[in-house]
Formats: sequence, structure tokens, C-alpha cells
Amino acid sequence: MEQVITCINCPVGCRMTVHLSDAGEFLSVTGNTCPRGARYARQECTMPERMITAVIPVEGSACPLSVKTATPVPKKMIRDVMAALSSVRVSLPVSAGDVILHDVLGTGSDIIATRNLP
Amino acid sequence: MADMQVDILIIGAGPAGLAAAIAAREDGIESILVLEREKEPGGILRQCIHNGFGLHRFEEELTGPEYALRDICRARELDIEIQCGTTVLSVSPDRVVTCVSPETGFRRIQAKAVILAMGCRERPRGALCTPGTRCAGIYSAGTAQRFVNLEGFMPGRRVVILGSGDIGLIMARRMTLQGAKVLACVEIMPYSSGLNRNIVQCLQDYDIPLYLSHTVTDIRGKERLEGVTVSRVDDRRNPVPGTEIDFECDTLLLSCGLIPENELSLGAGVQLSPATSGAIVNDSFETSVPGIFACGNVLHVHDLVDHVSNESFRAGHAAAAFVRSVPGEASFISVEDGDGVRGTVPQKIRRNADANVSLMFRPAAVYRNSTAVVSCGDRVIMKKKAMIYTPGEMAVLELKKEQIQSMEGDSITVRIERS
Amino acid sequence: MISTDILVIGAGVTGTAVARELSRYCADVRVAEMGCDVAEGATKANSGIVHAGYDAVPGTLKARYNVRGAEMYPELCRELGVPYRRAGALVIGFDEADRKTLGELMQRGITNGVKGLRMLDRSEALALEPSLNPAVTCALDVPTSGIVSPYEMAFALADDAALNGVHFDFDAKVCRLSRAEDGLWHVLSDREEYVCRAIVNCAGSFGAELHNMICDEKLQMIHRRGQYYLLDRANPQPFSRTIFQCPSVMGKGVLVSPTVHGNLLLGPTAEDIDDPLDTATTADGLANILEKATRTWPKLSTRTNITNFSGIRAHLPGDDFIVGPVAGAAGAFEAIGIESPGLSSAPALAEDLVRKIAEAMHLQKKKEVVPCPHRPKPFNEMSDGEREAAVREDPMNGTVICRCEVVTEAEIRRAIRRPVGARTVDGVKRRTRAGMGRCQGGFCMPRVAAIIAEETGCSLAEVTKNGGASRLLSGTVANYLKEGE
Repeated sequence: MEQVITCINCPVGCRMTVHLSDAGEFLSVTGNTCPRGARYARQECTMPERMITAVIPVEGSACPLSVKTATPVPKKMIRDVMAALSSVRVSLPVSAGDVILHDVLGTGSDIIATRNLP
Repeated sequence: MADMQVDILIIGAGPAGLAAAIAAREDGIESILVLEREKEPGGILRQCIHNGFGLHRFEEELTGPEYALRDICRARELDIEIQCGTTVLSVSPDRVVTCVSPETGFRRIQAKAVILAMGCRERPRGALCTPGTRCAGIYSAGTAQRFVNLEGFMPGRRVVILGSGDIGLIMARRMTLQGAKVLACVEIMPYSSGLNRNIVQCLQDYDIPLYLSHTVTDIRGKERLEGVTVSRVDDRRNPVPGTEIDFECDTLLLSCGLIPENELSLGAGVQLSPATSGAIVNDSFETSVPGIFACGNVLHVHDLVDHVSNESFRAGHAAAAFVRSVPGEASFISVEDGDGVRGTVPQKIRRNADANVSLMFRPAAVYRNSTAVVSCGDRVIMKKKAMIYTPGEMAVLELKKEQIQSMEGDSITVRIERS
Repeated sequence: MISTDILVIGAGVTGTAVARELSRYCADVRVAEMGCDVAEGATKANSGIVHAGYDAVPGTLKARYNVRGAEMYPELCRELGVPYRRAGALVIGFDEADRKTLGELMQRGITNGVKGLRMLDRSEALALEPSLNPAVTCALDVPTSGIVSPYEMAFALADDAALNGVHFDFDAKVCRLSRAEDGLWHVLSDREEYVCRAIVNCAGSFGAELHNMICDEKLQMIHRRGQYYLLDRANPQPFSRTIFQCPSVMGKGVLVSPTVHGNLLLGPTAEDIDDPLDTATTADGLANILEKATRTWPKLSTRTNITNFSGIRAHLPGDDFIVGPVAGAAGAFEAIGIESPGLSSAPALAEDLVRKIAEAMHLQKKKEVVPCPHRPKPFNEMSDGEREAAVREDPMNGTVICRCEVVTEAEIRRAIRRPVGARTVDGVKRRTRAGMGRCQGGFCMPRVAAIIAEETGCSLAEVTKNGGASRLLSGTVANYLKEGE
């Protein structure tokens, strides 16, 4: 199995071809011009992850609260994490760094506030 | 005449103004005043809730509000006075600043040095001369970002984005994640000016098509936007008849470039560069008007806030030095844009520069495996080879102060040589 | 069902001028306007010129009202606090045929009673306007030509009328007119039903449609679209006068003109279209303006373009206004076919038409007129001292909402609280200039919308750009997140 991806580490944007076993295991990569590219290719083709940032409404505040996942979460869970955020209840005050939701959907990643709302 | 006097007055409490203030205070300047028109400091970072800021400066990935908060906290530690809700109305060549706020009324402030850090604004539809109706639902990407991230309102449900700059790409993802449908991102150039990371993580992750060499050629809808027509463009960026694609959408976001906001600078008599639309500055970020400095996006549009901070620290140090001792007549080497180079900053370097100087410029096109060359007449001063020079990324060349001090001509030229 | 003495249909510059004149008489007067605000039709999108009156054919209503209207403008604008400047104009020519046409225009102007006209040669024209195309060979100097902000004129007329008792209904498109046996007019709009003694048709593009409902002599209106470029303020602008091109076999040409707010206007095109509401701009139309305007101004650059827009002129084949009682329909009056020089003519037209209405209805003049309130100088135009006083008087002048045009929160709130106040973002924009500048509302629009919501007691999501379905926003982030579940 082959997968072609664009490297995101720098503006060169190498087109890399990743070779995977039928079971989806990483075998090799070509087209990268640096080791960072190879690392990204392996990660992106076997276990792609994304940081998620979002805004959620806060009772009693005209301004919504911006939040992020503390660590990257599996890419395929982006929609689920957003859905989980829709039912979060937050009350004032909030400080940047406060944990809004522990271990979202068992990903091991907390949802944390990225701004203060007094 | 003036209502008050300060050593350094800084206009704008975004990342540029905050960094300049911090640097000046760390150099021991006691009397610093930062004026900010919004209700809170932080500038545009307040609405940039996505991550990716601070990798160079803090070696970790922060969101915009978090990055801003670090500088705000540092400024507080240093007891720097930031007055929010205050709009500067004018700056005079002799550094008298007039401003208004509801609390303090109208004031004239005499400053020994002024640092311009007002940031930039987005190019609106008028600048593109896009034909069609003038209905609701057409916003610059930053305005939409403000509505979503600071006001908690969605501008629309079905979205087309014109321009593939980073703000447009970021908004494609934001609108999608928050529940809207983004139909297309349309770019008139044959390449995107956005980061590869944003192309992948903001468009490809959500199957949003990117139409390169396309533009919006018609806008429909009497009251609210009903649809747009997108056409392919030829090499001269003229639409090609017969290539029209119609999109039904209620929202069009424009991400078509940023313009440094220099109305106050012009009023102060500051000379602007046609290439950057920002002030012409020397290596201490001093403009053509003595004692008036400029840094951040009001000087030239940056891609990375880390670079804004870095530049603004230097401007803050330079303003502090100016306040301490007004320097004598300096002799300058001018910096010219050569082939493939646009808008090099600074435009002038003091012959006796006391520190290394970063030459920052935007490549005029995409150059692969090419070399940036700084030369003085026939003499090559430095070369920097890179796998890519692209308009989407500001290039930086670091000139050593020894190199500068040994220069003999009156000007140097920066150019890109294809290999 | 609303009973009133007189119903004016249309709140453009003609309708508001008529309403203001009528407000001086003892009568109940209402205005029904299909748009969401005053000046929503041709009045908001035209060249903003108070023509001197050399262009209209002597003996026509256009000539008569234009010349008289132009005389009335300076004093009327002073009284109402509307920006007006006697900028002067040049009509430029490039060859002998043009020179001949200019001579005819001058003769026509003299016949119409226009003062100060003179023919200039090339060097005189270039001395007055150095940015002109040096290929110019002759020009007609028109010192009495003026520039005005057309929509601000209509807003001020409407405010004055409202202070004197006129009531304005918006979103009230008239769809049926009929005269009952008792002689009263029944007017059905999509908002209200009115019963009145008299109706005055000032419906702009829809004037012929209403006329044809009540008169056997049918009229066919031609909707003529004009597109424009509006360039950013500059100091100085390349032209201090309005520059017209000499009408020729090549067509009527386009004008290049400063506006009262320091912008530069290029246009209009002239395209006959079917839909009187189709105010789109087109690639061809915009290209056409540039091509023609370059003949006046070879160094033309659109780098500083702020916006493009278009307006629709209500053209009648007879090429003159129709003003007066409607034949065979007692109690019905009309002012239709009001295209250029309609803005210039509005005060004189209203004066004449209302005199006829008053005679026919035996109206008595009111003893007292509420004077037009003093309109404060825009913050943007104040001196430092005046600004200092303005903020002391009202701290909300200390919050600048629109940075490009320097418009304060106090000014925006005042625009909403005017007698006929702004209800929409565009309404605030036209009354205060917030959002008119180079960033086109990118920064101030969310703040303006929030103030409108607060002042009018609605939610931000209900605020519109320009009435109807033109909402700015489609819902809250909270609702969208829930829908996504």
C-alpha cells in the first residue's frame, strides 16, 4: 500500500510517498528531504493526531471561552471531541490553564481554557 | 501645551507594542505609556484561538490568547502602564500625540520617543473590484474570526473563502469545526500563500477543495448572499470565459492580503515604502522622523508573531537608547531590493551599526533551490542557499555587524539567484 | 387601517423633500417607503452633483427645477446641516466637434439662466485642473456646479419632516391604489392599509407602475443602471472640480468628481436593465468606466478603490420629469421620471408640487414650524479644541468606533436616535460614515452592530445590513455546536 502526503514541517512542502504493509504498518518513506519529514510521514500515516481548538459558550458571559486539547488527539476523533464540547457547562470565572473537561473521550487529553474570563 | 510627558509612548498593545514596551522597560526606561484602542491588550492574537504560535520564541506551541497572555503578564510584572479604550488621533513630527478615551477625555502627550505598533488591516472587497451585488454575508476573514471567537456568533452556514492566506485557511477550519459547511477555498495565484501545515490541517483534513488560479467573478443575492461564481484565471490573472463554477452559499470570506495601517504615521510625516506599505526604517527601526520608531505588522506584514516580537524587542531597545542619548548624525548604507526580492526591511543601515542586523524580505515568487545574495557593488557580502524561497514566508538574512562596518559603498542589494 | 390626509409614496430625496414641504401645512402626512430606510433607491447611489442647469433643454421641467433647485441648495444645506460644496465643474472637449457641443451647452445654460459660464482653452483648463489629460483642447467652466451628499440630504429632509409631524412607515411597498366612491384613496401596502384624501407618487423606479394603476395614459419606465468606483480620500485629490466629458457620438462619457467627504467618484455607466432592483456591478461595466475615465485622467489608478456600487435611474422616454396632478385621478399627484438632475431639482420640485397640492386641497399653512435641530460637526472634522470639548460634554465621544473615518460611539448612538433614525448597519454608515472608509467596516462593523442591537433592543443575530433578509449573522456558536451533535 502506498500513500502520498505533503510534508507540513516547512515551506518546501515535500511530496512524500509512504509505503505501508497491508495491515497498515509503516514500512518506508521516500521523497522526504530531512529526518523531520520521515518522522511526520510515519506519524501521519499510522496514527495521525491533531490539536483541537474551539470556542464554547459560557453562561453569563457575552464572550465565549477559547479552549484547546492539552495534547494532540487522534485525528479521527475531531468530530467527536467537538460534539463532547457542545455539552460542556462552564461557569465564571475561568483562568487560562483551567481544566474544562478531564480526559476527553478517553483520549488522555484534557480540554483546557486558553484565556481568562473573569 | 501638552497635558503630560512620557519618555516612550507606544501606540498599540498587541504583540508588537507589548514586546517593545517590555524591552524598553528592561533597559531601564521608567516612563513608558502604551495606548490601546480595544478594551483589552493582546491585539489580534485575542481572536486567533488556534495553536501554532510561539514555536521559535518559547519552543512550545501556544494559542494566540496564550501567547498574548505571556507578554501581558510580563508587562504587568514590569509595571508597564497600558491604557485601554484609548484611541490615538494624531502624532506630530515633534512627537506630540493626541488621544481620546471616555475616562481621560482628550489629551496631548509629549513623548521623547514614539513607537508605532498599530498593526495592519485586511484588504476589503473594494480593493479587489469584484463585481456583483452588495448584499450581507461578505466579510473579511478577520471580521468573521472576531464574530466567532470573541462574540460567539456564526456569520453563516455555507461558506466560500476567497484567498488562501493563513487567516482564510484558519477560518475554513474554524467555521467547519463550529458547524458550518465550507464549500471551497479560492486562490487567484497558482500557489497558496498559506503554510503547508494549514493547507493540510485546515483544508485537506475536512475535504475542502482548494481552487488555485481561480477567483470570484460574480456575487449574487439581493439581501443576504445567495451565491458566487468562481472562474479560472489565465497567466495575467484575467478570468477565462467558460470556466465558471457556481456555488450556492450565504457567506463569502475574504482573505486577500493585509495592509499596514499607517494613517497616523503619514500624519506624522513618516515616509512609507511602496513595497511594504510600511515606514522606511533604519536598522534600529527608526523611521524617517527622528524619535519615531515602527515595528510589527504596521512596519511590514509578518507571517509569524515570533518574528513580530523579536523585531519589536529590537525597536524597544533602540527607542530606549534614543531616549537616553540622542545620537549624532549617522551615515547610512541604503538597502535595495534586487531581482526576486520585495520590501526588504530595514531600508537603511547605520554604517556604524552596533549589533547584527536582520534583513527581512518577501520573495517575489516561488524559487526552489535558490540562493539569496547580498552584494555591495560587485562584491558579494553574504549568500544563503535554501530549498525554497516563497512569498508565503518572510525570508531573513542575518548580517554581522563586522560585515556592515567593513562595507564601503553607499548601498547594498538583496536578490535571489536561481541555481 | 391607517387614516391620513396625505400619503407620500417613496422616501427618496424627492419624497422626503415633498414630505418636508407638506409638513408646513395643517394636514396629517405619512410616508410609505418600500425600503427599510430613507434614501434606499436612486438617492443612495448617484453622482451627488448639484448641477448648474446648463444641460437641460430650455423650457422643460428639468431645466426649470434644476436651475431653481441649484439656487436653493446652498442655503437649504446650511439650514439642514448637510455637507455641500460649490466645487465647480469643467465639461472637457478634445476636438472641434466637442468645442461646438460645448458652445451649444453654454448657450443652453445662458438661456436657462446659469451664471458665470465661460469657455476655456487648453492652457486655462490645465491651469485649473493640472491632472487633466493634456490632450484636452477646450472646456466649459461651470463655477456654480455643486457637490452634495445625496443620502444625507434625504436623511435631513426626513428628520425635519418628522419633527414637524410627518410619520414614516418603512418596509411598506405599495401594491394597490384605488379610489373609493367617497373620493378617498385606499392604498394597500404589504405592511399597512391606508385611507387618505390624497396620494403623492414619489416612487422613483416604481413611479410608472403606480401611475399606471390609476391613470389611463400608460407610461413605460426605462431602468437605467449606473455603476461607479469610489476611491479613497486623498489630500489633495487630483481634481478639485467635477470633470464631465463632452457628450459626443461616443456617448455621454463619465465623470470624475470629488465628493463632499474627500473621496473621488468615477462613473456612471448607462445600461438599460429589466429589474429596477438589480444594483449589481458587472465586470464589463467597471471596465467601461475605467476606459472612459482614463480619457479625463490618464494617470487613473484603482489602487485606492474603496468600493463599487450602482444605482438605477428612472428614465422616461419623453426625457422630462412628470410633476403635478395625475390626469383623471382627483387627489392623486405624482413626481415621476426623476432621473438626473433629480437630486438638484428636488427642493424646487417639492416647492412647486406642494403648492399645487395645497391649492387643490385648500391646505392652510401652519403658524409655527419646528426648526431643524443643530447638527453637531462630525468629530472627524473638529479641531483639537472642539474634540476636547466634545469628549468633556459626552464621554462617549472618547470611544472611536470607526477608525478609518474617526466616528465616535456618541455619533453612532445619535444617528440611531435621530427623528428618523438608523436601524441597520448601512443606515448607521450613511448617517455617520462609520464603515465608509478604507477598511469598509472590517473593524467597526461588529461594534456598530452591537450598538444597534443595544439601542433597538434586539439580539445581535437580528441586526441587518440593510433590512429584510440581510442579517449579518446566522446564529450563535452555542446553537451550531448543538446542531452538530
